[in-house]
Amino acid sequence: MDFGLTAEMLARIQFAFTVSFHFIFPAFSIGTASFLAVLNALWLWKRDEAYLQLFEYWKTIFAVTFGMGVVSGIVMSYQFGTNWSVFSDRAGAVIGPLMGYEVLTAFFLEAGFLGIALFGRKRVGDTLHMVAVAAVAVGTLISATWITSANSWMHTPAGFSIGADGTFIPEDWWAIIFNPSFPYRLTHTVLAAFLTTAFAVGAVGAWHLLKSSSNRQARIMFSMAMWMAALVTPIQIFVGDQHGLNTLEYQPAKIAAMEGHYESHPEGAPLVLFGLPNEAEQRMDLAIEIPKLGSLILKHDPNAPLEGLDAFPADGRPPVLVPFFAFRIMVGLGLLMLAIGLWSLFERWRKTIYTNAWLHRAAVTMGPSGFVAVLAGWYTTEVGRQPYTVYGLMRTAESLSPVDAPAVGASLMAFVIVYFLVFGAGVFYLFRLFRRPPVLNEDHELDRGPHRSAGINPGPAQEDTIREGAGHAD
Amino acid sequence: MPIDLPTIWAAIIAFAVLAYVVLDGFDLGVGILFPFFPERRDRDVMTNSIAPVWDGNETWLVLGGGGLMAVFPVVYATVLPALYMPIIAMLLGLIFRGVAFEFRWRTARGSSWWDIGFCLGSLVAAFTQGIAVGALVQGIEIADRAYAGGWWDWLTPFSLVTGLAVTVGYALLGATWLNLKTSGDLQARARRLSMVAGAATLVLIGVVSLWSPFIDQVYFERWFGWPTAFFSVFVPLLLAVCAIGLWHGLTTDKHLQPFLAALGLFVLSFVGLGISFYPYIVPGALTIEDAAAPDSSLAFLLVGAAVLVPVILAYTGYAYWVFRGKVDPGEGYH
Repeated sequence: MDFGLTAEMLARIQFAFTVSFHFIFPAFSIGTASFLAVLNALWLWKRDEAYLQLFEYWKTIFAVTFGMGVVSGIVMSYQFGTNWSVFSDRAGAVIGPLMGYEVLTAFFLEAGFLGIALFGRKRVGDTLHMVAVAAVAVGTLISATWITSANSWMHTPAGFSIGADGTFIPEDWWAIIFNPSFPYRLTHTVLAAFLTTAFAVGAVGAWHLLKSSSNRQARIMFSMAMWMAALVTPIQIFVGDQHGLNTLEYQPAKIAAMEGHYESHPEGAPLVLFGLPNEAEQRMDLAIEIPKLGSLILKHDPNAPLEGLDAFPADGRPPVLVPFFAFRIMVGLGLLMLAIGLWSLFERWRKTIYTNAWLHRAAVTMGPSGFVAVLAGWYTTEVGRQPYTVYGLMRTAESLSPVDAPAVGASLMAFVIVYFLVFGAGVFYLFRLFRRPPVLNEDHELDRGPHRSAGINPGPAQEDTIREGAGHAD
Repeated sequence: MPIDLPTIWAAIIAFAVLAYVVLDGFDLGVGILFPFFPERRDRDVMTNSIAPVWDGNETWLVLGGGGLMAVFPVVYATVLPALYMPIIAMLLGLIFRGVAFEFRWRTARGSSWWDIGFCLGSLVAAFTQGIAVGALVQGIEIADRAYAGGWWDWLTPFSLVTGLAVTVGYALLGATWLNLKTSGDLQARARRLSMVAGAATLVLIGVVSLWSPFIDQVYFERWFGWPTAFFSVFVPLLLAVCAIGLWHGLTTDKHLQPFLAALGLFVLSFVGLGISFYPYIVPGALTIEDAAAPDSSLAFLLVGAAVLVPVILAYTGYAYWVFRGKVDPGEGYH
């Protein structure tokens, strides 16, 4: 089971694999939790059944996603110890408390109120139910804050000293939490989560509009999603640009890899639109470039010098291939999102937003775009951090557990098999949920699911909701 | 007297692990008992009884793991590689049983497959957690802040017995939980299973308790030397009280008492482990003092824990209270 792969490579693949799967779920559940809170608030405020039905529709989808996020997250919290024990030992005193606060302030909040938010409406009344829904949404945001802080610290470490035994000793928690890249990374990540949800919700709405453009719930979700796309995408592009400037300041080698500059450009760098990174020769083959634009974007001066990878020692350079292409995928998808957002504004102005089938088809196609962009962004930043786990201070090769390659390889295979089986099934069930029309009537049973409430039987509870829905419709 | 941060944190981590064991213990136990309830209808009630709370229960495991990394990083960094295979197996087991709650409702034909996944996942998670306890008791080889043993060191007759003991103990917690939360025929069967699992648990607690003093001289002296021998009378006495409480509760058809008695058995066994271990956190290798993170980490997280853990306990209690009472498979009440 060796395949010539070292334990380090296998551990890296295992981490990348498990974190990629995991990241998809919070990226979606952060946005969806806030979406549910907004829907529930709109229902309480306007008493319009359509919002309640949308809440019920998306809460089931949220429940499935959240469950997968929780279990894949537990894996992450133990993998630092199993595969990266030297990193855990040396950086645990800094990273650990940040993750500890994530558990204390976020995970318990989400988990504690999830049952009430999903299935306790009738047990606790509207006000407390709203509190529970809001608590879950706030919990997901708090969680994002802490984990992004921990991750940012690994990119731009601050506020520590290094002890005699090589361990990182926290000195200034304020500086650790609010390390230099944290504000950019947090904003960029949370907006990405909102956009991911917006495009998923927009795609489901568009899909049902293509079937029936008069479906009121489909109209509401499509409209809300397109507002989000139109308003948030430009902000996200701006934040992404600011994040890039921050990276240039603290991790210039990563920028060189992302931009595809093997060579330094003392008199203004071009923008490499496309090329094939040639690691062996340390140059970009078949490069298509726009002169001076790279320096103009990054330094706001077409003639400003820009360092290439040749400015860094050979053993301190990140690989180019992954950051270069992943970055282009992320930016390309961002521009497509912007296009859809602007298009929706145009159709809204023409009053054809609910009837223009081409817009709807485009929105359906863009459904997975947020997930792909989030993962591409993740690869850009994480591979760009190589060859370090703690940037400039601790190498990935030094972070590894004293593990044997076969043990890591075997567990990697087990994860691959189980993840594809379990999360494959999960995605299949999600698509089945998406396919249901977002209306509640006798023909389309809206929910069948674990009834998270003692004493209330799924069957009668459901019939009640249906009867109430029908009553209001009369 | 200065505040001894490492000891406080050892107590908090111990509390988190104990909270995890008793809370997730009963919902893992429900999964372990699935083969005894082949009817879909019964299984729906069983999963519904734990669906609102399993997520919060499992969060204690994350607190135990994440907290360990924060305040005793070297323990986290040595114990996890030592238990590499059981930990991976536990994680995979938890994945299956975690998603099964949702997935078994999303498919008519596939639901029995997710039931199997739920049951096997629960079994594997319980068994590997028991193995982890056994492996810790028998000691972990550490050199220069890193695990220095082999990949199969955890696998011994003793750890297999502790694995079995925890699995059977969780089944007892699950059975007494079902006795509390269900009614009718389902409850009657849960009560009978509680008796069987209760007897088996007591036997296994006895075996492990008598075996472990002979694994290490330290444990032997701790349990049979003065003044600590005081505990070796005290703990079995309380165990007997819980056992009688369990038996009495089950034979007189009490609903809450057997569950509380089963919890008591776990708490006492856990206290027993603590007595054996102290002042070590990894027996024979790392003391609480040696393993602690710098005071700056301990103090920073303690501020949060002191405020938040009581708050968490309060709203977790509230969530249990909201979903109190029997799961009624028949007519609902509103």
